[in-house]
Amino acid sequence: MLITCPYCGPRDVIEFTYQGDGNRQRPQPASQDLDAWNAYVYDRLNPAGDHNEIWQHSGGCRSHLRVVRNTITHEILSTAFARGGHKSADNRAEGRS
Amino acid sequence: MAEYSAFSLLKNALAGNKDWKPAWRKPDPKASYDVIVIGGGGHGLSTAYYLAKEHGITNVAVLEKGWLGSGNVGRNTTAVRSNYLLPQNTRFYEHSMKLWENLSHDLNYNVMFSQRGCLNLAHTPAQLDDYARRGNAMRHLGVDAELMSVEQIKRLVPALDVSGSARFPVLGGLMQPRAGTARHDAVAWGYARGADRRGVDIIENCEVTGFLRDGGRVTGVSTTRGEIRAKKVALAVAGSTGHVMQLAGISHMPIESHVLQAFVSESLKPVIDTVLTFGMGHFYISQSDKGGLVYGGDLDGYNSYAQRGSLPIVDEVMSEMLALFPGLARVRMLRSWGGLCDMTMDGSPIITTGPLPGMYLNCGWCYGGFKATPASGWCFAYTIAKDEPHEFNAPFTLDRFYRGLIIDDKGQGANPRLH
Repeated sequence: MLITCPYCGPRDVIEFTYQGDGNRQRPQPASQDLDAWNAYVYDRLNPAGDHNEIWQHSGGCRSHLRVVRNTITHEILSTAFARGGHKSADNRAEGRS
Repeated sequence: MAEYSAFSLLKNALAGNKDWKPAWRKPDPKASYDVIVIGGGGHGLSTAYYLAKEHGITNVAVLEKGWLGSGNVGRNTTAVRSNYLLPQNTRFYEHSMKLWENLSHDLNYNVMFSQRGCLNLAHTPAQLDDYARRGNAMRHLGVDAELMSVEQIKRLVPALDVSGSARFPVLGGLMQPRAGTARHDAVAWGYARGADRRGVDIIENCEVTGFLRDGGRVTGVSTTRGEIRAKKVALAVAGSTGHVMQLAGISHMPIESHVLQAFVSESLKPVIDTVLTFGMGHFYISQSDKGGLVYGGDLDGYNSYAQRGSLPIVDEVMSEMLALFPGLARVRMLRSWGGLCDMTMDGSPIITTGPLPGMYLNCGWCYGGFKATPASGWCFAYTIAKDEPHEFNAPFTLDRFYRGLIIDDKGQGANPRLH
């Protein structure tokens, strides 16, 4: 499986660390909303199909990435920086920002 | 119906084996049943078997989307053990072990249960202390466990590198002598025949595509072979739990589906007479009755519904095998396969009524569903028949996460891919 890092380009999956489901929303630290905490810690969407997930390029530039991947075919549909949306892998030709 | 006895074996041997009957019928689905079990794997089939045998509920259909034994029951490394630390797990898996010990007799079907023992290797003093603690916890609940010295391990597994120069020197280990292996396909076929002969309809190539509802209550399923109604609908679909629950309108579960690979080598003369697990990584190995080494390691590590694995794990598993058995370096790998594990957040299963009215749920077996097959079906049948859990599966609820009653044998927290 190849994952295209927005900085480094296409790299083998062994350079990356899986950080899990990218749909989860962490409640504010002071929140006492038990349902929200339970959903954050334990609940997963776990779809058979396109899955929004977080990976870290731990063996490369160490960026955290948001990856959309198909869990049946393992096709990578898109990659982008996890935070800020600076740039996605699809417009790498425009150079570094 | 096929019956097996010394007489039938002799008669068929002399008659050219032309007189064997199919082990189970191929019925068309009826319009309705008392109970529908979704999933014709080990757990679904054993559930149907114990529903009929223990509770007299025989108007049952088992719906399998593929052919019998095409899922996880045929995609594992056949190990059977009950060496857990926490009492909830120990009681449940020891109940399973006791059912295993009588299973061939009970089913009149040789599941080739072989109590060759399961040895967990320790590589640090702390790990050895931890195993001593676990062994004491097991013996406290009446389960067999023995702490083994390096000398004993060396005699038991001569091929193992126990020298001080090993990459991870062996300091001892915890042995459960009553653990072992069983022939996984025979388990599926034995339960299928046992359920079928008690009247259960086993319907293959019948995929569930949706749930029939009456108000909030589940009243049946729509399938690729038409609508089938039932008073009770039970799910035992292992790695596909997330997908099937979404068909029922439940989008979030405390589960992730991951792929776990296993491997078989070419056949060798006997080299390992036990099930062995590696304490410094995640690796387990045994030798099949045909001579092939059967071994596996970690999950691939990311959500997957593909019943195949990836090369990085192949590389890792082989490295771990060679750290233990340098002498096996030139043994050739024959084949590999992947199975789907529905990993829960605490590493323990879910066997429960609900979560919808009319529905019953059996899932979350993580790496270890095969050894649980008899007790899983036994407890699930009890739960379905009586609408309440047996004391053995009472702790394995779906809401235990919310209520803070997790059963975390490995102490690895809410990170499913670590269990």
